[in-house]
Amino acid sequence: MTTASPEARPAGKEAGAPAPVLAVEGLEVRYGRGRRGRSALRDVSLSVAPGETVGVIGETGSGKSTLARAVLGLVRASAGSIRVGGEEVTGYGNRRWRALRRRGIVQYVFQDPLRSLDPDLTIEDSLIEPLLIQGVERTEAVDRARAFLDRVHLSAELLGRLPGELSGGQRQRVAVARALVTEPALVILDEPVSALDSANRVQVLEILKELRAAGTSLVFISHDLGSIAGTADRIAVLYRGELVEVGAARDVINHPRHVYTRLLVGSAPTLHARTADRSEREALRARLAG
Amino acid sequence: MRTLSRNTAAGSAPQHAPAAPAAPPVIAVRDVRISDRVTDREIVHGVGFELTPGKAVGIVGESGSGKTLTCRAVLGILPPHFEVSGGSVEIDGTDIATLTPRQWTALRGTTVGAVFQDPASYLNPSIRVGAQIAEVIRVKKGVKRREARRQALELLRAVRLRDPELVYGQYTYELSGGMLQRVLIAAAIAVEPRALIADEATTALDVTVQAEILDLLAELRERTGLALVVVSHDLAVVAQLCDEVLVMRQGEVVEQGPTHSVLHDPQHAYTRLLMAEHEQYGLDKFLTPKEAS
Ligand SMILES: Nc1ncnc2c1ncn2[C@@H]1O[C@H](COP(=O)(O)OP(=O)(O)OP(=O)(O)O)[C@@H](O)[C@H]1O
Ligand SMILES: Nc1ncnc2c1ncn2[C@@H]1O[C@H](COP(=O)(O)OP(=O)(O)OP(=O)(O)O)[C@@H](O)[C@H]1O
Ligand SMILES: [Mg+2]
Ligand SMILES: [Mg+2]
Repeated sequence: MTTASPEARPAGKEAGAPAPVLAVEGLEVRYGRGRRGRSALRDVSLSVAPGETVGVIGETGSGKSTLARAVLGLVRASAGSIRVGGEEVTGYGNRRWRALRRRGIVQYVFQDPLRSLDPDLTIEDSLIEPLLIQGVERTEAVDRARAFLDRVHLSAELLGRLPGELSGGQRQRVAVARALVTEPALVILDEPVSALDSANRVQVLEILKELRAAGTSLVFISHDLGSIAGTADRIAVLYRGELVEVGAARDVINHPRHVYTRLLVGSAPTLHARTADRSEREALRARLAG
Repeated sequence: MRTLSRNTAAGSAPQHAPAAPAAPPVIAVRDVRISDRVTDREIVHGVGFELTPGKAVGIVGESGSGKTLTCRAVLGILPPHFEVSGGSVEIDGTDIATLTPRQWTALRGTTVGAVFQDPASYLNPSIRVGAQIAEVIRVKKGVKRREARRQALELLRAVRLRDPELVYGQYTYELSGGMLQRVLIAAAIAVEPRALIADEATTALDVTVQAEILDLLAELRERTGLALVVVSHDLAVVAQLCDEVLVMRQGEVVEQGPTHSVLHDPQHAYTRLLMAEHEQYGLDKFLTPKEAS
């Protein structure tokens, strides 16, 4: 994979590349109106190829969740375009967005695990809901739900329970299974492992790797560089609403170009390999501040 | 062997004389056992370490293993019905069991400060944060209000808050978690304690903010000889900062020694598991060896 140009570049322009599952170009998203409005994303261009996993990293408030919401039509783009599976969806109104989401081509696992699952629905009902909406028969939906529970390494015994009766790690895996039942082409996972301890984190990340091996495209949002490095093909770095760097995962981690990416890599605590020392971080911070 | 600047090669100023005669410990914890008085169950089964000026000791281990209880015992603030049922804690050579409440108040803050994971619960929500820090300085240092304010502002700057004047006048609810944590650290170091206990003080923060705070602690340690107890469930955080590490599991210290040797040659199966979990998705695995640049 070539990562020729130094910083953010419009991705997915390589000749002969397969049509992307997701293509975002020049995206701007604003919160609030008029003079009190603030842009949360500016001129963001990013595409995801079939079967590709793209990691999105960046500090708190950099716009990672906003990007996910825009791709699902949960916030509106004020400029730029979004294509999902080749379909230009930028100008869609609420009704067409809902119809698109119902088709289940793109699924979203929310940052807050409690929001991805209805606390009053059993795991079974949560899992089959997206299928019932699509018009699948209940018995068939249940069969499929069981199969997907198996794919996230959870036992069918959990089907009758409520989300509150599961551990944090189990709940997160159910949320992933729910996103998978419609066999989406693209799954967006917003901080799927941040709230988990290291054992559960490893389990969820292994599941993501299996999905990727099975050909599902993933957008994996996190501020944990290690998790992203272990799962993503490419890494996109957001800083204050702008995409400052995109490249092959190993390149971004080993040869970060943008000052913020260098600080991010140099800030991750490591056991053996030193990524930066204090004075290097200090210098990078000064450059970012100035 | 003391290797104070192992992790900060670039800043390895020779201000610490090599192998200086060991200074007396600020904190000495000797085989401390902690029990629940009601159930008569022992929860922590013997923890010991010595903290000399400028030294940093890390405690890692699984959730519920007794890391926080150990810190609380050192500070004399165990939760109700817990007690130190064996061993002793000495601060500046005095067994804390013999301290009167008034002596405790004098020691806490001036000799030993603490920062816990949940910053909001340690600050008063109805008083501007700057005023809270200034008040601590005024009382403990006996300086005038104006001078206390000046020193408080300086501290807010030292913990890298971008706009100290603005933050000074804000309330806790107006600050993000990372900003609050920095305010709390400013408050803890306000009266220049000789030792600081940081219990998961950076766990909830973004990596870049976490690194900023760890760097600040490392700097204070070098500049002022601040001694540190750092509790984290992230082995790598402790590795970055500490000379010595204690690995705890179910109330027991399963391994203890110089950080370097524990990391390079872990003896206990649990330490190896912790390392394996970290390494599977830690950054180390994906970094190609750094070329000299
Ligand atoms: N509903 C909203 N109304 C107004 N501003 C918002 C809203 N949601 C997000 N923002 C702002 O937009 C910016 C980007 O927020 P976003 O949630 O996308 O960040 P993030 O990168 O996901 O952060 P985190 O790592 O904390 O989840 C922030 O400045 C945030 O305060
Ligand atoms: N206030 C309390 N009341 C009752 N039990 C407590 C209290 N505080 C701690 N415990 C118990 O004592 C044991 C040790 O707890 P401690 O908080 O020291 O663990 P820890 O190592 O700090 O864990 P964590 O990594 O989750 O913070 C646990 O079993 C815990 O449930
Ligand atoms: Mg977010
Ligand atoms: Mg604790």
